[in-house]
Amino acid sequence: MTDPILKIENVSKRFTRWPGMAERLVGKITGGGKPVTVHALSDVTLHVSQGEVLGIVGESGCGKSTLGRVVAGIYAPSDGSVTLKGDPIVREHGNRIDKLTTQVQMIHQDPFASLNPRMKVGETLAEGPRYHRIIPSGKVREGMRELLEKVGLEGAYADRLPHQFSGGQRQRVAIARALAMKPEVLVLDEAVASLDVSIQAQVLNLFMDLRRDLGLTALFISHDLSVVRHVCDRVAIMYLGRLVELAPADELYADPKHPYTAALFASVPTVGTGKRKFEAIKGEIPSPINPPPGCAFHPRCPLAGPRCRVEAPRLTGAGPARTVACHLNDGGVDTKAETAA
Amino acid sequence: MNAALDVQGLTTRFATRGDAVTAVNDVSFTVQKGRILGLVGESGSGKSVTGFSIMGLIDAPGEVAAGKVMVDGQDLRALSDEDMRKMRGNRVAMVFQDPMMTLNPVLRVGDQMAMAVRVHRKMSKAAALKEAQRALETVGIPSPEERLRAYPHQLSGGMRQRVAIAMALLHRPSVIIADEATTALDVSIQGQILAEVRDLADQTGAAIVWITHDLGVVSSLADDICVMYAGRIVERGTAQQVIDHPRHPYTQGLLDSIPALHEPGKHLPQIPGSTPQLSRLPQGCPFRPRCPRATEICATVPPADTKDGQTVLCHHPLE
Ligand SMILES: Nc1ncnc2c1ncn2[C@@H]1O[C@H](COP(=O)(O)OP(=O)(O)OP(=O)(O)O)[C@@H](O)[C@H]1O
Ligand SMILES: Nc1ncnc2c1ncn2[C@@H]1O[C@H](COP(=O)(O)OP(=O)(O)OP(=O)(O)O)[C@@H](O)[C@H]1O
Ligand code: SF4
Ligand code: SF4
Ligand SMILES: [Mg+2]
Ligand SMILES: [Mg+2]
Repeated sequence: MTDPILKIENVSKRFTRWPGMAERLVGKITGGGKPVTVHALSDVTLHVSQGEVLGIVGESGCGKSTLGRVVAGIYAPSDGSVTLKGDPIVREHGNRIDKLTTQVQMIHQDPFASLNPRMKVGETLAEGPRYHRIIPSGKVREGMRELLEKVGLEGAYADRLPHQFSGGQRQRVAIARALAMKPEVLVLDEAVASLDVSIQAQVLNLFMDLRRDLGLTALFISHDLSVVRHVCDRVAIMYLGRLVELAPADELYADPKHPYTAALFASVPTVGTGKRKFEAIKGEIPSPINPPPGCAFHPRCPLAGPRCRVEAPRLTGAGPARTVACHLNDGGVDTKAETAA
Repeated sequence: MNAALDVQGLTTRFATRGDAVTAVNDVSFTVQKGRILGLVGESGSGKSVTGFSIMGLIDAPGEVAAGKVMVDGQDLRALSDEDMRKMRGNRVAMVFQDPMMTLNPVLRVGDQMAMAVRVHRKMSKAAALKEAQRALETVGIPSPEERLRAYPHQLSGGMRQRVAIAMALLHRPSVIIADEATTALDVSIQGQILAEVRDLADQTGAAIVWITHDLGVVSSLADDICVMYAGRIVERGTAQQVIDHPRHPYTQGLLDSIPALHEPGKHLPQIPGSTPQLSRLPQGCPFRPRCPRATEICATVPPADTKDGQTVLCHHPLE
């Protein structure tokens, strides 16, 4: 493997959240309603190589978007650092966050919300490169047409407004806008989640082509396990703000090591694999405000033992390129005392 | 046979700026007691409008122009508005993608459920609360007594959707229409709810129409599948038939574009073009501009319903 260009080192992100109106009213009666701290990310370390696509998977609220935003320089980490080719992505001045690079670009789930409805898409595309002088000003118009063609749209579409595009076409425009900045790293946050399968296939094909042609490095955030398998080289599984498993995609899907990964795979209804039954993971997703003690997955884990309730598992090696955070991979689920007895 | 829901020739139009669009076009299907019918298709194909039409929820500028909706042998379209209101939430119920379309944010879960019970049945509040608690148990909500005292915002998204399903179940309806009811939820929570829905159909004999664009969901949940395109049902059969041996080129195209069925990293087969605008449907077969099997006849003659076991609306179905 080549040297990583993107280094996420021991990153934590905490949010202090003030309760909303309704919560405060209920709080007055029940005596709650104080500010709460959400541990959205806890001690996440990930290295991404040049040209690699890393999938980020996990249930709602596990911190995927937060991780994406920290990498894209939208949030500053509370602890730890994110560097691109050795340089930090943001600098903090008190409450202000300065983004130090335009080389990480993020693509969001809803292509409509991320485009200005009153601006011709050609203008939207040109905004960033013009401001940051990425393309010489005489060449902007031509560059934008080329870009639209690169994402499979006609150059003449530059004069259209967003509502004149279909969902799949708008997502292409969003991708074109990110590419306009000539990024080193793309962060795609549920970029195909809102699209029909037929349109999703078009956008995934486009992504795979661009990746091959431009050598893009990407974080691919998705809750759709089959999409992730299709486009990612490695996959990171997150649970409640922590990394619980990291492995090359083919190894992970062939042999998930973490009980949560295994349960996640078993709970997905899939087409045509002959599997007409799926198993549901028990229990609700716990809250990142009050994470369970020990291993955060233990209340839902079918293999949990006494050790899991008291001690948080560490990430340990599970093969040449794999790590997993589970006591089963690190001495077993019995407590030390019990093992000794 | 014992059809809980029998829809025949349902046609719904919207009059928009002069030209009328037919959002649901001559749609027919039946659902037996205890069976789950999956209604699938791309965005805009008419799935929700079909659901709303069955429920009698189409308002101007829309209109159900033709068709019959029979529930337990009674034609809903022949009912007065008042009788239809009584029918809704009682014999037929709907679950929406957003549970807050069903739940009242300022009332405790128990209070609103008890109210819903007492709209249709005379009983004490205490007895109604007991009913509510039983309904919450049916959908797998842990410690249901406590949840009865909660406000909707104090529950997680998955829990709220389960409460909305529990509300739909309060009167043991014969027919439940669920429109993208788990689409916004996590796969894990979705899995739990789907398992419960399956049990529910088996145990209560409710006939369920499960509307979704997720083929994975219908293939594991539904007994039968109807595929919609541009307002019509273009293919209909048992889940196994439709998934394992699709005969309509559109169904085949949808199934082909699912990443799970392909080697990672390889180009996915894609259906060219995008969903047609209903106001500008081509002559002949509406799928023709995107269809790899199209021939001359497809450009002029609309394909007819074959009305055998596995219906396909196509001149050249796959074998
Ligand atoms: N700006 C913020 N202020 C307060 N809390 C936040 C903020 N952003 C995220 N959080 C909280 O951090 C946790 C992680 O959120 P995040 O959006 O990263 O999850 P996610 O994995 O992307 O979930 P989803 O799949 O639903 O998009 C959640 O509990 C969320 O409520
Ligand atoms: N109130 C309305 N007025 C005019 N046209 C409408 C109205 N409601 C729906 N339509 C049209 O009817 C067609 C079918 O819409 P419908 O909502 O049933 O699609 P759907 O299959 O449920 O799609 P989705 O997967 O996006 O929910 C669309 O072309 C839509 O524009
Ligand atoms: S550490 Fe224990 S509870 Fe956590 S995943 Fe492993 S076995 Fe399950
Ligand atoms: S009728 Fe013709 S155009 Fe329509 S789906 Fe069949 S082959 Fe394709
Ligand atoms: Mg997110
Ligand atoms: Mg709909």
